[in-house]
Amino acid sequence: MIVELGHFALIMAFATALIQTILPMWGAIVRDPGLAGMARYSAFVTFALVLIAYLALTMAYIGSDFSVVNVVMNSHSTKPLMYKISGVWSNHEGSMLLWVMILVLFAALVALRGGGMPERLLASVLSVQGAIAGAFLLFILLTSNPFLRLADVPMEGQGLNPILEDPGLAIHPPMLYLGYVGFSVAFSFAVGALVHGRIDAVWARFVRPWTLLAWIFLTLGIAMGSYWAYYELGWGGWWFWDPVENASLMPWLMGTALLHSTIVMEKRDALKVWTILLSILTFSLSLLGTFLVRSGVITSVHSFASDPTRGVFILGILTLFIGGGLSLFAWRAPSLKQGGLFAPVSREGALVVNNLFLATSAVAVLVGTLYPLVLETINGSKISVGAPYFNLTTVPLFVCLLVLIPFGQSLAWKRGDLTGVGQRLLAAFGLALLAMIVTFAVTRGGPVAAPLGLGLGVWLITGSATDIINRCYRRGSSLSVIFERAFGLPRSAWGTALAHAGMGITVIGISATAWGVESLAVVAKHDPLMVGPYTVSLEQAFKRKGEGYREDVAQFSVMEGASARGLIETSKRIHTGREMPTTEAGIVTYGLGQLYASVNEILPDGRVSIRFYWKPLVTLIWGGALIMALGGAISLADRRVRIALSTKTKRASPSNAEAKA
Amino acid sequence: MAMTRKQKRLALIASAGAVLAIAAGLILFALSDKIVFFYTPSDITKQNIAAGSRVRIGGLVENGSVVRDASMNVTFRVTDTETSLTVHYKGLLPDLFREGQGVVAEGVYQGGNDVTADTVLAKHDENYMPKDVADALKKKGVWQGGKSQ
Repeated sequence: MIVELGHFALIMAFATALIQTILPMWGAIVRDPGLAGMARYSAFVTFALVLIAYLALTMAYIGSDFSVVNVVMNSHSTKPLMYKISGVWSNHEGSMLLWVMILVLFAALVALRGGGMPERLLASVLSVQGAIAGAFLLFILLTSNPFLRLADVPMEGQGLNPILEDPGLAIHPPMLYLGYVGFSVAFSFAVGALVHGRIDAVWARFVRPWTLLAWIFLTLGIAMGSYWAYYELGWGGWWFWDPVENASLMPWLMGTALLHSTIVMEKRDALKVWTILLSILTFSLSLLGTFLVRSGVITSVHSFASDPTRGVFILGILTLFIGGGLSLFAWRAPSLKQGGLFAPVSREGALVVNNLFLATSAVAVLVGTLYPLVLETINGSKISVGAPYFNLTTVPLFVCLLVLIPFGQSLAWKRGDLTGVGQRLLAAFGLALLAMIVTFAVTRGGPVAAPLGLGLGVWLITGSATDIINRCYRRGSSLSVIFERAFGLPRSAWGTALAHAGMGITVIGISATAWGVESLAVVAKHDPLMVGPYTVSLEQAFKRKGEGYREDVAQFSVMEGASARGLIETSKRIHTGREMPTTEAGIVTYGLGQLYASVNEILPDGRVSIRFYWKPLVTLIWGGALIMALGGAISLADRRVRIALSTKTKRASPSNAEAKA
Repeated sequence: MAMTRKQKRLALIASAGAVLAIAAGLILFALSDKIVFFYTPSDITKQNIAAGSRVRIGGLVENGSVVRDASMNVTFRVTDTETSLTVHYKGLLPDLFREGQGVVAEGVYQGGNDVTADTVLAKHDENYMPKDVADALKKKGVWQGGKSQ
């Protein structure tokens, strides 16, 4: 009964999404406030209906209702509750439902917070959101219905793919989708602005918090996915340039560019047309990512549920929205009024450079991801584009970008003084150089790239610190005045500094991978094995039974010099039910580095073939990403205050934003 | 000293052009140099692939062909039922590597029937068949997938 209710709610949601698409847009065009006002209510109703459908499916999972195909295929009555709930989005149908739910959630949030927005803009934004939701609801109903029943009800479900039975899976997809789908708001705003033919700083002020929110979630989602692959796949790598990973990286790159260009638009009323284009492109890449992951056109280490017949449908949706968005852009963009001017050396100029590097990196990743598909279609040759391609293209672009960041951060708006900025950054540069030289000296004979990368990371951190210090410290100011100024700084200044410093920390973590050590050996009991600064030796190998699996465990003791540093355990696990083997890596964190063990085989004579890694500073890779997201969150807190203010005072003084900037 | 509107726009376009040119150059160079072609064992022998080129090969692990030694060196034969290649590899094999099942190996073609692999992948769907391998074998009519993947 609940399942039928969910199915029915989903069909109703499709109907209300159609209403949400057509009536408000019509109302916005003929300037009928009654019709335009329908937008908010239909957005709330659509959200409520999709939520009912989603909860109905979750109930079927929790109650192990094996009359539902989707539950049979992906659940098991003995699974822990957490994996019953997260199992909903472990498969194609459920994850598409989650995708749509997040989409309509964003629409409902826009409707909720859009009270201060111009009526016609709000109506057209929600209309576009409704159209996207309608298209994907139709996709679910026609090709991927999670509510299908079985005639012969089995006694037990098939269980979840054991790789996916993990806390990482429980949170990774929702995070990623909040990011992906969040960019739909920027897309809808762009289309709304194009329909209106009007775009100004107020538009940017409305769109920026949504972009920032999506960016924060996408950053967290990518970092989490990377860490999950690192410990779950047992290969010790944290980024594989796999198509599915690229699918999330491309919107991140483009979205980061968008985030920066909306700042220019909000503060200086410039780069309008470019910002609109970026909004469309960012969400297009999100859609493309959904297509790549969901259609099965690309093989991947992560792909676990795909069906090419669905690809055609998503391709249709993709063509409709990307093609439609870009056509509308080509038609209407020339009529948009160009905004403010700036000298090439200025904050605006620096942000343009940022946009260029980020957008071209996104294109490089896009080309590498799609090239195998294109080539196979053209002449049938099968190729793989792997890490060498992506490293060669993105690393130089990113190094250029990162070197320039501290300059951009310190440049003034409109016209900057490069000499002055250079002088102010001298200390920051000196510190970075010093860090690089010291590291070179200490690790003499080691890899050259690592100290260079470390210096670059330090440069980002000291550069961000310089910006904050310059805003607080004047010659002769007392400590209390400095603190007062620091507290008085807009939160977005702290947010920017933190986000850039976070990037620096990630860069240090990535550079340090070059100092990593790998030891591969077949060891007998108590054989010492050197792994970087540690010596490990096999204590025991034994069999163990756990809930839903049996495993062969190898346990090692870790010594640093003469002092014991604990135990590390890794196992080969066979999951009962699917009889699928997985390797459970053992990871122990020492300081900022990690010791990583991955068992290959426990031989009949009791020896163990094993792979150990020592990964110095590796935790900085994800730690930096967390700090970036934190920086975004702090900026967002600032935004919220200002939005609340601006909606009250907007009509009274349109130059409010100017004065504050 | 102040730049005119035209000069400002020109500076913008010039810098954009420079970045785009660098990016395009990098992409083109990387595409010509850093990609790896996929072959079946028969392709390798028929197409006269030069020894020393980087290749990705796929097929089935021949039954009884896996030989391991004490220092983690492994050799196995990859077959498309017509021709088979010997793959030399040092390191851990993936969890799902097994005889009679699909495999993809990437490495350097040494001439003759030998490949030195640095990566061995056994990713697959429930039919234990990597997509590239399944396509290649289907083309030969050797393997008809039970389910469309």
